[in-house]
Amino acid sequence: MRTMKVKMRAPRRRSGGELPVRKKEEKHWTVRRRTVRSRRGRRGKREEERKVQRRRRTVEPRKEMPKEKTKRRRRKKKGRPNSHFFPFSSDSSSSSDEDEESLSEGEMALLMEEVEEKKKLISTIRNKPWRMKRRLTHLKEAQDFVDKFEGALGKGKGRKWYAYKVMMTKKWIKFQRDFENFKTACIPWERKIKEVESHFGSSVASYFIFLRWMYGMNLVMFGFTFGLVVIPEVLMGLPYGSIPRKTVPRAEQATAQDYSVLMDFNGYCKYSVLFYGYYNNQRTIGLLKFRLPLAYLMVGIGTFGYSLMVVIRTMAKNADLGGGDGEDGEFTFAWKMFTSWDYLIGNAETADNKYASITTSFKESIVDEQENQKDENIHLRRFLRVLANVLITCSLGGSGYLIYFVVKRSQEFANRDDLSWYEKNELEIIMSLLGLLCPPLFETIAELEDYHPRIALKWQLGRIFALLLGNLYTFLFALFDEVNTKLEEEQSIKNATILALKEYYANYTRLVNDTEATPPPMNPADVIRGPCWETAVGIEFVKLTVSDIQVTYLTILIGDFARAVIVRFLNYCWCWDLEAGFPSYGEFDISGNVLGLVFNQGMIWMGAFYAPGLVGINVLRLLTSMYYQCWAVMATNVPHERVFKASKSNNFYMGLLLLILFLSLLPVVYTIMTLPPSFDCGPFSGKAKMFDVIIETIDLDLPAFIGTLFGYVANPGLIIPAVLLMVLAIYYLNSVSEAYKNSNLDLKKKMQMARDEEKNRRNNTDSTNEVMKDLEDLLPNRSLAPPAPAPESEKKTSSDPKPMKTKPGAVGKGVPLQKDVALATSNPATRGQVVRQPGPRGPGRGRGRGPPPR
Amino acid sequence: MGNKQTIFTDEQLDAYQVILTKPIVVFVGFFSPSRLHGRYHELAPHLVPMDYTKDPDCKLPLALIVNMPELKENPFRNRIVESFSEDGMGNLSFNEFVDMFSVLSEMAPRELKAIYAFKIYDFNVDNYLCKEDLEKTLNKLTKEELTPEEVQLVCEKAIEEADLDGDNKLSFADFENMISRAPDFLSTFHIRI
Repeated sequence: MRTMKVKMRAPRRRSGGELPVRKKEEKHWTVRRRTVRSRRGRRGKREEERKVQRRRRTVEPRKEMPKEKTKRRRRKKKGRPNSHFFPFSSDSSSSSDEDEESLSEGEMALLMEEVEEKKKLISTIRNKPWRMKRRLTHLKEAQDFVDKFEGALGKGKGRKWYAYKVMMTKKWIKFQRDFENFKTACIPWERKIKEVESHFGSSVASYFIFLRWMYGMNLVMFGFTFGLVVIPEVLMGLPYGSIPRKTVPRAEQATAQDYSVLMDFNGYCKYSVLFYGYYNNQRTIGLLKFRLPLAYLMVGIGTFGYSLMVVIRTMAKNADLGGGDGEDGEFTFAWKMFTSWDYLIGNAETADNKYASITTSFKESIVDEQENQKDENIHLRRFLRVLANVLITCSLGGSGYLIYFVVKRSQEFANRDDLSWYEKNELEIIMSLLGLLCPPLFETIAELEDYHPRIALKWQLGRIFALLLGNLYTFLFALFDEVNTKLEEEQSIKNATILALKEYYANYTRLVNDTEATPPPMNPADVIRGPCWETAVGIEFVKLTVSDIQVTYLTILIGDFARAVIVRFLNYCWCWDLEAGFPSYGEFDISGNVLGLVFNQGMIWMGAFYAPGLVGINVLRLLTSMYYQCWAVMATNVPHERVFKASKSNNFYMGLLLLILFLSLLPVVYTIMTLPPSFDCGPFSGKAKMFDVIIETIDLDLPAFIGTLFGYVANPGLIIPAVLLMVLAIYYLNSVSEAYKNSNLDLKKKMQMARDEEKNRRNNTDSTNEVMKDLEDLLPNRSLAPPAPAPESEKKTSSDPKPMKTKPGAVGKGVPLQKDVALATSNPATRGQVVRQPGPRGPGRGRGRGPPPR
Repeated sequence: MGNKQTIFTDEQLDAYQVILTKPIVVFVGFFSPSRLHGRYHELAPHLVPMDYTKDPDCKLPLALIVNMPELKENPFRNRIVESFSEDGMGNLSFNEFVDMFSVLSEMAPRELKAIYAFKIYDFNVDNYLCKEDLEKTLNKLTKEELTPEEVQLVCEKAIEEADLDGDNKLSFADFENMISRAPDFLSTFHIRI
C-alpha cells in the first residue's frame, strides 16, 4: 500500500505546473553537483542527470547536446526499458547557482522520505505477491535510487557521517542476512525429516522435529555439564586412586573390571566422573582456583532453569504461530475443503490414504450436519466407555503396585550376594515390560469407546502418560525409602570410619613404637566407605535410562524390522495375504514414541544432578535414535490408515514436557534442600546441606557488603512482599489477558452479527425487489441501501473494466477489497491492480492503475 | 550441481536473497538458486541452459513440471503450476519456478500463501471462488467418491460459512478471513524442496 501511495503521488507532483517543477529540478541538480564533487566523478554525474531527467518528464524538451545524448542512448539500452529520456538542456546545467548549494529543509525531508520508502520496499519486496520479473525490476530500481540519493542526504559536515552510517547499515544488513542463512544451513537433518514428511505426512514428521529440538536442548545442557563440571574435574582435580572416594574399595577390586559389573555401572564405572561420588569437596581446584562444588550446584540448578526457559519460550512461540483458534466450528466445511490436503505428501500410498481419510471426514461431517447425533443405543456406548475407564484404572493401579512390590523386593535382594541376572535387573525389566505391554492393552480397551481418532489419540496419550508417571513416581518413592535407610546406615558407618582411623593410628604407633613419627596415610582402597546414597540414586537412573534405550531399540528391531522382513518374505509361501491381512506392517506409533522421549527426558533431568555423565549418554541416545528411527520408519513402517495432521500437537508435546519438568524438579530440589549430603563422597561432603556451598562462597569470596545484602534479601520480611508482588502481577496479567479474550469474543460476535445482517439484507433485497423498486421510484435521489459508498462503487462498476465489479444485488458492501493483490492470471498485460477503495475516478489518468515504474 | 558462479552472477544471487522468502543457502543440498536450477535443469536437460548470467528466455511446459516428485501426488498440481506461470498456461520460466517454491516454503508469510492458495483454488480464473470451483476442489480432494448430492451440500455449506458479503461466492477477502483462522493452513500449505 505504501509504495503505491508514493507512486500515486508522483504524477501529481509532475503535473504541478511548470515553475515548481523546474525549481525542484534545480534543487536536485545542486544535490547532484555536490555528490559529483564529493565522490562520484563524471560517471556518477551522468547518472544523476538521468535521474533528474526522469523527474521532469512533463517539462518541454529544449535544446539538446548531441554528444551527451548519444552516450545516454547507449546506456539506455543496458538500463531499464521503461525509462524515458528527454534531451538535456545545457542552460539548466549551467544555471546551478552557487547560492543554491544547500537543499531546503522541505526538499530534504521529501527526498529522505522517498529514500526511506524505497528502502522499505526493498525490505518488504519478498512479501509482495508479484511476479518474479516485476519484483526483480522493482528491486533494481529501488536499489539504484537508494544508491544514488542516499549519499546526497545530510548536510555539510554531517554528510560524511551520514554516508558512513548508511554504509555501515548496509554492511550490517548484509551480515544479518548471511548469518540468517548460515543458521538455516546449520539446522541438521532437514533433508532426512523432509523425506519422512513426504512419505508419512506431517504428524510423523512432527515427532522427528520434536526429537531434533530435544537434541538441541540436551546439547546445551551437555555443554554446561561437561564444560563446567566434568572436564575441570578431569583436568584439574585429583587423579584416580588418590583419595578413598576416587578408588575402588579393596573388596570390589577383584571384580571391578568384569563386563557384567561394568554393565551394572559398578566397579570402575561407579568410581568415575560419571557419578556424583567421585567429585572432591576441595573448595578450589587447579591453578585457576576453579570452585568446583559451587559450579556443580550452579550447573545442577542452571540445567533446570535453562530447560524451563527454553520449554516455555518454545511454547509461547508455538502458541503465537498457531494462528487463529481452531476450536470454534465456524468454518468446518470451508477449512476441510481448503486446508485438509497436506501439500507435503509425495508418496503415492500416503496420498491414497489421505484421499480416503478426507472422504471419510467429509462423510462424517455430512452425517453430523444432517443429524447432530446418532442415537443408536447410547446406553450401550456409555456403558462401554465407563467399562473401558474402569479397566484402564485397574491396570494403572496394578502396574503401580507391581513396581512398588518389585522395588521393595530389590531392596531385600540388595542384602544378598547370590543373585541371578534376572534378580539383579528385575526392576528395569518390569518397568520396561510395563511400558511395552500397557499401551497396546490400552489401545485395545479404547476400541470399546469408539472415539474419533484424534480424540482417541489424546485419551491414549493421557493414559500412557498416567501409566509412566505412576511408574516413575512409585519408583521414586521406593528410592526415597532406600535413601532413608542408607542415611541411617551412614551414621553408624561414619562412626566406624572414625574408629577405624583411630585404630589404624594406634596400631601404627604401637608397631613403630614411636609417638613422634607421622604414620603414612592409609591406602585409600582400605578406608571404610559410607553407602553414598547420591551415587546409588545416580546409578539407578543411569541403569533405567540404558535399559530404556535397549528396550526401545530392540522393540524397533524385533517389533518392526523382523515383522516387516517376515511379512515381506513369507508372503510368497503363506496361506493368506500377510501384507494386507493379519500381521501386516507396523505403523509408526507417534504417541508412544513421543511419550517415551518425554519420560526419558524426565529421567535425565532427575538423574543429571547425581550422575553428570547421564547427559552425555542421553545426547548419544538422541543422536543415534535420530538415524536409527529415521531408517526404521522409512524401511519398515507403513503410513497410518487414517492420516491425520499434526495440528498444534507440537504444543501438546511441549505441555507434557513442561509437566514432566516440574515433576522432576520437585524431588531434586527436595533432596538438595533437605537431605544431608554423604559425609565421604561428592562435592558437598562435610556440609550439613548442599546449598551451604553458596553461603560459604558469599562469606569467603565476595566482599562483605554482598553478604549483608544477601542477608537482607533472604529476610522473610523481603521475600514475602516480593512473592506477594509477583502474585499480584500474575493476577493483573491474567485479568488483562482475560479482558483481551473478552473483547476478542465481542469482536467475533460483532462480525458474526454483521455477516448475518448482510445476509438478511441480501435476502430481503432479493425477495422484496418489487417493494424496493417502488421505494426507489418514490425517492429518486436516494437509495435505500444504507452504506455510504454505494453510489461510488456503482459508478466504478460501470466505468471500470477490471473484474472487481460486484453483483448488482450486492451493491455497496463494505468489504475491503483494496488488498494489494494480483489475482488475475488471465491477462498478463494488466500489471497494475486495484489498490484503493473504489472512489470517484480522477479526471484524466486512471489513478487506480499503478503508474509505470519510475 | 555445478559451481554457483557459472550459473548465476553474484549480483543475481544477491537479488534472489532479497526477494525470496526463504533464506538462501549456498551450500549444496539446501534451498538455493543453484540447487533449484539443478532441479529445473534436470527436468529438461536439453532445453535449459547451464548459464543463467544473461537471463536466457526459457520456459518449461506444465507437463514436465508436474512430474516432479514434490508435486506428483498433489491433486492440485496443475493449478499450482498454472497459478505461478505468467501466461496462465503453466509454462514456467526459471524465475517463476523459484518463485513457486519460495512461496510454498515454510518461511513465506501467511498473507502471501493465502493469495496463492486463492489463485490455486480459483479454477476458472475469475477472481472468485464460485460453486463450480468448490465442486472441482472437492472432487479432486475425494477422487470423486462423494455423491453429487453430498458435493452440493458440502459446497453450499462451505460457501455459507465463509461468505461474508453474501454474494454466494467467495471473494479474496472472504477467503483470507477464513484461511487466516485455519489452524492447519500454514503447516499443510508448504512444500519442502
